[in-house]
Amino acid sequence: MTDETTELVLPSRVESIAEAAAAADEVARRLALSEEAAYGLDLAVREAVTNAVLHGNKQDARLSVEITFADTGAQLVVTVRDRGAGFDPAHVADPTDPQNLLKASGRGILFMRSFMDEVEWTRHPEGGTVVRMTKKK
Amino acid sequence: MAELNISERQAGDVTVLDLSGKITIGEGSVSLRSAIRRLIDEGKKKILLNLADVGYVDSSGIGELVSSYTTIGREGGQLKLLNLTQKIQDLLAITKLLTVFDVYEDEATALNSFK
Repeated sequence: MTDETTELVLPSRVESIAEAAAAADEVARRLALSEEAAYGLDLAVREAVTNAVLHGNKQDARLSVEITFADTGAQLVVTVRDRGAGFDPAHVADPTDPQNLLKASGRGILFMRSFMDEVEWTRHPEGGTVVRMTKKK
Repeated sequence: MAELNISERQAGDVTVLDLSGKITIGEGSVSLRSAIRRLIDEGKKKILLNLADVGYVDSSGIGELVSSYTTIGREGGQLKLLNLTQKIQDLLAITKLLTVFDVYEDEATALNSFK
């Protein structure tokens, strides 16, 4: 089994979200993921890149979003790095709390956690936030 | 081709929007928002969204459905959902919004519920 990595560097604009999702779909096809797994990967990547573009880089097109898809054999590892100031996922309001149900936003992280096996956030040593998402194959 | 196509028809005093495509961040969400605002401006406040041909929704799209629901509600109207795909139903279950929206699988039943 050979490791295979796909890397993208995209500008911080909304159009990059669909571009990242298209790359995720291509990776899913190459790895012959099930339709269900491919859908979950597509959605999780969209949400992670949406967060990077909108919240991390605040749509500053000079700041890039870096995405990697790494096939390690047993699992697919996706990382999305922004150049933003960072955030603590523990401080993100629970969108399923009754008082938040009718809010228009705040569900992206819930979807990432729902459709991937593991999701974690770290600060990149050179700045920005990295979200690392793992999907078992 | 547009990301989200919206066609409008009238069933009594209920406006049915047949949606097809994707409700995702950007064009899809904006199209839905614009359609809802236009209906409110026209005084049409009983709205049934037929989602049978919506193949994909992201968190922005779910947020737009919630915004549509609350906007119509504030105007004294009602927004209901028809023909959820399994994917949308799953997303509404994950977000606990199935308990918020009035959801129907049958158009006649949905239309009668507005009376």
